[in-house]
Amino acid sequence: MATVVREAAIERRESRLARIFDHPTVLSVIFMLPAGLLLTLFLTYPLGLGIWLGFTDTRIGRPGAFIGLENYISLFGDGVFLLSVFNTLLYTTVATVFKFAIGLWLALLLNNRLPFKAFLRAIVLLPFIIPTVLSAIAFWWMYDTQFSIISFALVEFGLIDEFIDFLGQPNAARASVIAANVWRGIPFVAICLLAGLQTISPSLYEAAALDGASAWQRFRHITVPTLMPILSIVLTFSVLFTFTDFQLIYAITRGGPINATHLMATLAFQRAIPGGQLGEGAAIATAMIPFLVAATLLSYYGLQRRKWQQGGKDD
Amino acid sequence: MTKPSILALAAPAIDSQGMGYLVTLPRRVVTVYIPLAVIVFVLLFPFYWMAVTTFKPNDEIYNFKDHNPFWVSSPTLANIEKLLFNTDYPAWLFNTMLVATVATFISIVASVLAAYAIQRLRFRGAQMIGLAIFLAYLVPPSILFIPLATIVYGFDLYDSNLALILTYPTFLIPFCTWLMMGYFKSIPYELEECALIDGATRIQILWKITLPLSVPGLISAGIFAFTLSWNEFIYALTFISSSEQKTVPVGVLTQLVEGDVYHWGSLMAGALLGSLPVAILYSFFVEHYVSSLTGAVKE
Repeated sequence: MATVVREAAIERRESRLARIFDHPTVLSVIFMLPAGLLLTLFLTYPLGLGIWLGFTDTRIGRPGAFIGLENYISLFGDGVFLLSVFNTLLYTTVATVFKFAIGLWLALLLNNRLPFKAFLRAIVLLPFIIPTVLSAIAFWWMYDTQFSIISFALVEFGLIDEFIDFLGQPNAARASVIAANVWRGIPFVAICLLAGLQTISPSLYEAAALDGASAWQRFRHITVPTLMPILSIVLTFSVLFTFTDFQLIYAITRGGPINATHLMATLAFQRAIPGGQLGEGAAIATAMIPFLVAATLLSYYGLQRRKWQQGGKDD
Repeated sequence: MTKPSILALAAPAIDSQGMGYLVTLPRRVVTVYIPLAVIVFVLLFPFYWMAVTTFKPNDEIYNFKDHNPFWVSSPTLANIEKLLFNTDYPAWLFNTMLVATVATFISIVASVLAAYAIQRLRFRGAQMIGLAIFLAYLVPPSILFIPLATIVYGFDLYDSNLALILTYPTFLIPFCTWLMMGYFKSIPYELEECALIDGATRIQILWKITLPLSVPGLISAGIFAFTLSWNEFIYALTFISSSEQKTVPVGVLTQLVEGDVYHWGSLMAGALLGSLPVAILYSFFVEHYVSSLTGAVKE
């Protein structure tokens, strides 16, 4: 390291230009420039533009005029939009509950002393790595009406009499896409929570056990409170990504049957891109923002406060 | 100095057994091994099913009565052959690779510079910018794709790789910057102070001291960004229309389905081949991957 440092010093050029470039403020501006430009142009600006488009009647190939709240008023009388809001809330709530229940369970299982632990952890993360659309297509095939392997196996075991119509009936279709979403979300939850579990010192459990705490009490009063900070962050991310999910629905059902699985994101896409109604689509997308802010605040601060009440430290 | 650190390293290994030795084997089988086996089976089965279908001839795919559906009796490469020679699949693979590589490279360069400025140069308002970048990470593509479509159209980038290369950094830069900020924080500032005293410029410090020490962090951010780009769907679906410009996820879903006829054999082959590159990359860098995943959450 010392030689590197000396080399660096020797190479220094004493020109005026170099000194300007070395000024922290000048350098900060230059360093922030690429990221700042890309994010402003393709993230901040579109975010604002999207909100603006929601107040216009823009169509593909035709600039729109400002029409005030007309898009939102018509959406409030639109049964399909209201159904999509209901679907999104249902999808997010049910999927999140299952993801966290099974994910936490898997994390606790993986936190045991196991043979091939590193290998197990690696393969558990696979559903998260593989492109969502591609695994969604595999689910689509497993949910096939005639050739579903799930139905076939259940019939063979004598659990059901005839093949399940996974994607044909509204509630069955909802359950099927939620199951696929849970499948994809478990690894993320499990691996993040496992990282949290590994930071808990085993001596805490030993001390509690010596004091006569049961396994449930140890889980409830040691594992849960220590895991709370990481849990709140993982929950925030999970809720956010489930609420705005698009790929899985688009690949498996495209919103069908009779709009039973349309989420707000897929409806926004359908109205805006194939339908050409950019303004209306943007209004649907913008309508997601209040939900997102509320969900984020709820899952983040809701759990943070619990952590503080239980006597945890403020980070 | 060395003694405590060795102890600290060894401690988790000893401690991780915890009170495990108190649990009898039959009990472990019921409470740990069986549930674990069931969950792992469910998590992996779709990939197995994908792979098995890929190598089945059509009469086996659609006939569970005469063939055991869980196994391939007469494996065939017909599905893969059809995919590679009768569709635009090679072009999709090339597009995905190109877009993912270039977008990752741009994002890493921009993120390293931004993270260094925020973490080390500490200009006025650096904290606010750091927070803003974290918030940018929370903006989902599903609310950006409509306005972005009009911007892409306005810049005359519609239906080109460049549209994806320029828009993917919007979700890669916030993530990578956040990760690199955490990584830079872990490098002792004293090293940079030494170099400053010896008269090195900031750029020299970044290039010759900070970056060489950040290689693991760079790899983590790089492969994670690459996988995220490979995975991206909604932008590629919206900004690309002609078949030969599509990426793998979009191409497989939109071009391989002809009307109401689903060629499950080639669909599964497309899904399998599209998954393999990321799976292979992942298998080489599992540890980096896990650390970037959990690192992003821990901060």
